Amino acid sequence: MAMLQGVQGVQIDLISEDRMARLTSMEKIRLILDDVKEGNIVVLEKGLAPEEASKLIELTMMEIKPDGFTGIEMETYPDQESMGGFSSFFTRLIGRKARSRLTVIGPANQLKMIKKEKDLISAWVSSR
Amino acid sequence: MSFLIRARKKISRFLKFFLKKKSARIGIYGPPNAGKTTLANRIVRDWTGDAVGPVSEIPHETRRARRKENITINGANGSTITIDIVDTPGVTTKIDYREFLEYGLDKEEAIVRAREATEGVAEAMHWLREDIDGVIYVLDSTLDPFMQVNIMMIGIIESRKLPVIIVANKIDLPDAAPARLKSAFPQHPVVPVSGLEGKNVENLYEQMTDYFG
Repeated sequence: MAMLQGVQGVQIDLISEDRMARLTSMEKIRLILDDVKEGNIVVLEKGLAPEEASKLIELTMMEIKPDGFTGIEMETYPDQESMGGFSSFFTRLIGRKARSRLTVIGPANQLKMIKKEKDLISAWVSSR
Repeated sequence: MSFLIRARKKISRFLKFFLKKKSARIGIYGPPNAGKTTLANRIVRDWTGDAVGPVSEIPHETRRARRKENITINGANGSTITIDIVDTPGVTTKIDYREFLEYGLDKEEAIVRAREATEGVAEAMHWLREDIDGVIYVLDSTLDPFMQVNIMMIGIIESRKLPVIIVANKIDLPDAAPARLKSAFPQHPVVPVSGLEGKNVENLYEQMTDYFG
């Protein structure tokens, strides 16, 4: 929870694709986890690669503590491939990788998803 | 297309025969309480008479990956495979020990369970990266399939180019909607099953011999 001249609130960090592209996988994961552990919400313009997501889950688990950090809430849109239809078929046919999309990550005890559809994510954030 | 798939399988069997490849390790993955261990027990009992591990309504009952070796499965299509089944802890991005207090555990037990569960999730991810040759991804067909952990896990499995069968589990429950899972993951075979009652497991065995063979 960030404090700005006595006003309580939640800090939201919107991180561009360009900024993330300059980082190594471990730097990206560290950046996200450190930010989220401080009670901030992180919005990534482009989501993590599957391998990075796998390591993020693993590292998150290692940092969970009783009465402390309880993990992360993370949401992104389903990729086009998961949604089926012609675009999915075409994607598989030409072997193009599904692109990772806008992703929001926050502390599990502060960020709650209200609604998630293929093209809309509605979330609620509480201060600690 | 089907000609190419058949040719690939024939070549694969030919190579396995000559190279004496070890049994493929098939990981049973999914979110907590999807029925992974119930399904693993069903598969292992049906083909060996043994079991993999205990089940519970409290999430994260399985906190260590467990492997059962050399399980030979015969499909109705006449195909046979011999595999190792690896039952894994449910994958999640959050664990709070207070969740376990609601199931009657005292604080100390809940904290221990939470710590073991976090280690179990990390272990499951490690197995997936290093030691798994194919995946049965188990989902509770009464729940929303678009849960983030499912999207992430399917993405991770796809990126590793592992064959995956999605099991729409718990079809014995009145709210089960396996069709929703089929539309959520059209790129993979989805098999509706009740691991608890054994309903439709023959179909799963056929898919397994076909897909992992």
